Amino acid sequence: MNFESELKKGKFLISECNHCKKIVWPPSEFCNQCLKENSWRKCSPIGTIIEFSKKENTYFCVAKFENSIKIIGEIISGIPKVNGIVKIVDCGIKNNNYFFKMTSKMLSN
Amino acid sequence: MPKVAIVGYGQTKFSKEDLKIESILLKATKNLFDSTSNLTQKDIDAVLVSTNNNSKYLSAILSEMIGIQPKISHSIESLCNSGTNSIVSAYSYIKSGLAEVVLISGAERYDSPGQILEWDNLRGEYKHPVFWASIFSKSYKKKYDVTDEDLAFVPVKNHKHSKNNPYAFSQKNISIEDVLNSKKLTDDLRLLDCSRPCTGGSSVLLASEKYCKQFTDCPIWITGIGQKTTFASFTKNQTFHNMESTKQAAKSAFNMAKRCQNDIDVMEIHDAFSVCEPMALDSIGFSNQGEGIKMIKESYSSESSKINPRGGLIGSGHPLGATGISQTIEITQQLQSKANKRQVDKANIGLIHNMAAAATSSTVLVLEN
Repeated sequence: MNFESELKKGKFLISECNHCKKIVWPPSEFCNQCLKENSWRKCSPIGTIIEFSKKENTYFCVAKFENSIKIIGEIISGIPKVNGIVKIVDCGIKNNNYFFKMTSKMLSN
Repeated sequence: MPKVAIVGYGQTKFSKEDLKIESILLKATKNLFDSTSNLTQKDIDAVLVSTNNNSKYLSAILSEMIGIQPKISHSIESLCNSGTNSIVSAYSYIKSGLAEVVLISGAERYDSPGQILEWDNLRGEYKHPVFWASIFSKSYKKKYDVTDEDLAFVPVKNHKHSKNNPYAFSQKNISIEDVLNSKKLTDDLRLLDCSRPCTGGSSVLLASEKYCKQFTDCPIWITGIGQKTTFASFTKNQTFHNMESTKQAAKSAFNMAKRCQNDIDVMEIHDAFSVCEPMALDSIGFSNQGEGIKMIKESYSSESSKINPRGGLIGSGHPLGATGISQTIEITQQLQSKANKRQVDKANIGLIHNMAAAATSSTVLVLEN
């Protein structure tokens, strides 16, 4: 199992150090702090928008997950807002590119 | 420890020509030989090539084509700041005594593979630089209450300057309206906010203090060097409204040169996109955070060409491996009072800022006459 083989199946994993428990990003076999082995686990699909823009009619954003890692993805529904919540609803590899599709919803009070 | 000077240079016009990379390297180097007094092939100890091109063994190939058998020859790739990285390597070879005279040649084709960083997959489908530039623009505008119209002063100023640069890709003036009405790539970036990939080459000759007088009466000394790599991946930047690697590289360069921002008479800033120019001015410390655009507008209205006199990357074009070298040639010419129509008054100390991959790495050089 590795990050790409699972992403191809639509599963979004993160690498976490077995020793110091740090999330290592981009995904890697070894920790970039203690250099010991990482293990793979599912990433929470719920994230926070850090910044966004729009190409033609499609929003894209930098979103943070597990309060640690940041990726860029397409927002397929909802109007984004900084600090708003996104959920990854689809991911994979297409034409050798990763893709992450997210829905956006406003923070509820 | 020997001092290190820039003693010669040669460039090709930046264009969309379909030329072989070897041919571009050769032309820029031939121009350097033609314009440098007393230079012969046997004077050169090392040949460094700066490029993102996929062709291999280019420094040996260039050496073969110009009849040099150097002690040291290799290529250097660091995306958009390959050029200044090569200059830092050449400086180090001379300082260490491994070489006395080093030839550096940078070249790129308009279709360079260096425009996309394949490693940075976590940008998903948004790997093209226009997307990180859009995120930078959005973040900078919001944080500092800057408008698209404010940012448009960068390409307007830089196209105006590039008209006086015979090697520049752009030779025409543009207006604020031209920028705002140019093709909208995203909500936060228009076509005229972007530097253009192009074909071009530039070569520079570095020599130790002992040998520099052989080639020129006006050696330009490299007195400050700062480099910093924070990450490789764009999204790992801590914020999207300043450039941490630039800030740290500038601090190191000023410390080494024992100079400060107020000492700088002329500067080359890596304006890959409009927003990069004010962000870099803030991060180097020429302006307070968020006030870079004010400095740019003041410079434009006073008709000063102190910031990016050759037209920056936006006006000159951006052949990745050649860019940092052309920036260095510009500052060298300014400090030699040989910049013709682009000449800045009383230019004695200059700065070069060259960065790569959304400012995840930066190089800053200080030059003095």
